[in-house]
Amino acid sequence: MNASIAPTVLLVLRRLATALLTVLLASLFVFFAVQALPGDVAQQLLGQDATPDAVAALRETLGLDQNVWLRYGNWLLGSATGDFGISLVSGEPVGPDLLVAFRNSMLIAVPAMVVGVALSLTLGVIAGVRRGRPSDHTISLVSLIVMSVPEFMVATILVLLFAIAIPVFPAVVLRGDSATVAELLPAVWLPAIVLTLAMAAYIVRTARSSTIDVMASEFVTTAELKGLTTRQVVWRHAVPSALLPTLNVVALNVAWLLGGVVVVENVFNYPGMGKLMLESVFNRDLPTIQAIAVVSALVYVVCNLAADLIALALDPRLRTRRKARS
Amino acid sequence: MTRSTTDATGAALNAGPGGLPGRIRGVATSLTSSLSGSAALTIGLGLIAVHVVLAVLAPWIAGHDPVATDSTVALTGSTWTHWLGTDQYGRDILSRTLNGGRYALLVTFLATTIAVGIGTVLGCITAYADNWFDEVVMRIVDALLAVPSILALLVVVTVFDSGLWVIVLAVTVVYAPAVTRVVRGAARTIITQDYVTAARARGEKPLSIVFREILPNVMDVVLVEYAMRASWIVLLISTLSFLGFGANPPTPDWGLMVQENRTALTVAPLGALAPIVALATLVIGLNLSADGLSKSLGIDRAQKGAVS
Repeated sequence: MNASIAPTVLLVLRRLATALLTVLLASLFVFFAVQALPGDVAQQLLGQDATPDAVAALRETLGLDQNVWLRYGNWLLGSATGDFGISLVSGEPVGPDLLVAFRNSMLIAVPAMVVGVALSLTLGVIAGVRRGRPSDHTISLVSLIVMSVPEFMVATILVLLFAIAIPVFPAVVLRGDSATVAELLPAVWLPAIVLTLAMAAYIVRTARSSTIDVMASEFVTTAELKGLTTRQVVWRHAVPSALLPTLNVVALNVAWLLGGVVVVENVFNYPGMGKLMLESVFNRDLPTIQAIAVVSALVYVVCNLAADLIALALDPRLRTRRKARS
Repeated sequence: MTRSTTDATGAALNAGPGGLPGRIRGVATSLTSSLSGSAALTIGLGLIAVHVVLAVLAPWIAGHDPVATDSTVALTGSTWTHWLGTDQYGRDILSRTLNGGRYALLVTFLATTIAVGIGTVLGCITAYADNWFDEVVMRIVDALLAVPSILALLVVVTVFDSGLWVIVLAVTVVYAPAVTRVVRGAARTIITQDYVTAARARGEKPLSIVFREILPNVMDVVLVEYAMRASWIVLLISTLSFLGFGANPPTPDWGLMVQENRTALTVAPLGALAPIVALATLVIGLNLSADGLSKSLGIDRAQKGAVS
């Protein structure tokens, strides 16, 4: 019993350590890249009219005169406890604002991810099972087109259709950053649909190709010879087998999904993390940029960790074989 | 969210068997990932070739200066002098779209070549090294992949200003790590082959083994990576311009054109649609080429994600 569990535990521990190291390294890169951004933090906080003495004093209070490694250490410790510093634009702590923006983004990203995975699994399995038939061609063609049209155009077209031609949804969020969840709900639909489409177009291909692989495998032939109906074969074999690679692709694309979030939040003026990111890069709000980058890196690493652990739990082969690094 | 699911699924299913007129079905059959490798490659390369020819000949066939404004003809529809009409400043949309292709193709070519080049060499070397160097590089690659690409791009562009080479540099930073990881995976399977062992036994130098034994044998993976990355890089660069961090006005750039003209979408739809059609056909061409290549070369492309 112990002999079979120990390697798995080691594998999980090793994976956890790697994940932690990845987040640390990412935070290091982010910190030093952001330090390179032009502009002096103290000067920016006080405005152009500030006396050199005042700027020097503030630099000292903020610890900007300290060694850069020391500042990195302090910032990292602060971030770990949720203290991301003071925003250069609002003068308020970054943490609470970021939390609201993050919650708002999750409001569109999580449904988009869940629906996107469900939709693409359905379509991918249909296309894979009906390989070479008209439905397969249609699904493949539509996903190719959706994949090739940038999100900002899909968003613009949806605004035109469902906010202007047939006003079902609001085109943009007017209340801005102070909007509550209830106020945001009507505005969530269009951005979420754009993200869903963008996600699904990529995942359909994965689901389709793994379905084709499974349907050609010997155990499916055996299952068919046993007298299982196509429906049973699909539910017992094709769907579970398509699920694993799909989860993997989703996890790997979390960072890319954030890019989509930036675009749709920009088009719909939706007060989430993507919009906050664009604004803080535009305003050189260094503490906010750093915080967003670290939080995104954390989300990415956690999603990949989760995907790996789920794969480990679902696929016993991964537990016995020495798992490839990377 | 349930509403949008059923709608989208329903629409896609309705368009399925028998739901399409024969003519459209014919087009559908000839343009999908269910297509045979050589056919996809032919169509894909054909589309790319059309774009390259149009980009090269743009100054001669455009007929107008892409940045010349003329307030007397602002937002005209399609006319004999302006085939695709004009934008709000009276600039010729056809000329801007054609010239936008020059910029998009040049940046994409440079950025993809450099990113894939660096990733390939690094991937082969790390796979062969398989020691502390490999471990260090892969940890750095993982960390770089964890930072959202759009943020990395925005920061690089803000630090160095948005010139052509800065965009190329930014895209390299974003995509070289991903290519490194994929090529390393392919190279690791090559290293176990007998001819690599033989080269080692002959006493060949490590660099010679990397470049003469491993590199030529991962070229199939690299080719597919190239086409696939290029399609994302085109989209990424235009997204950057759309967000206002890429090409500066009045540069004729596709993403920028959509940003400028989308408010006038109901008045002069071609201003935003022309660059989008150009962009989408180029991306479809690149995607089909990647599909065709991976099918002909026996590499399963669909198992990979957008950024993996």
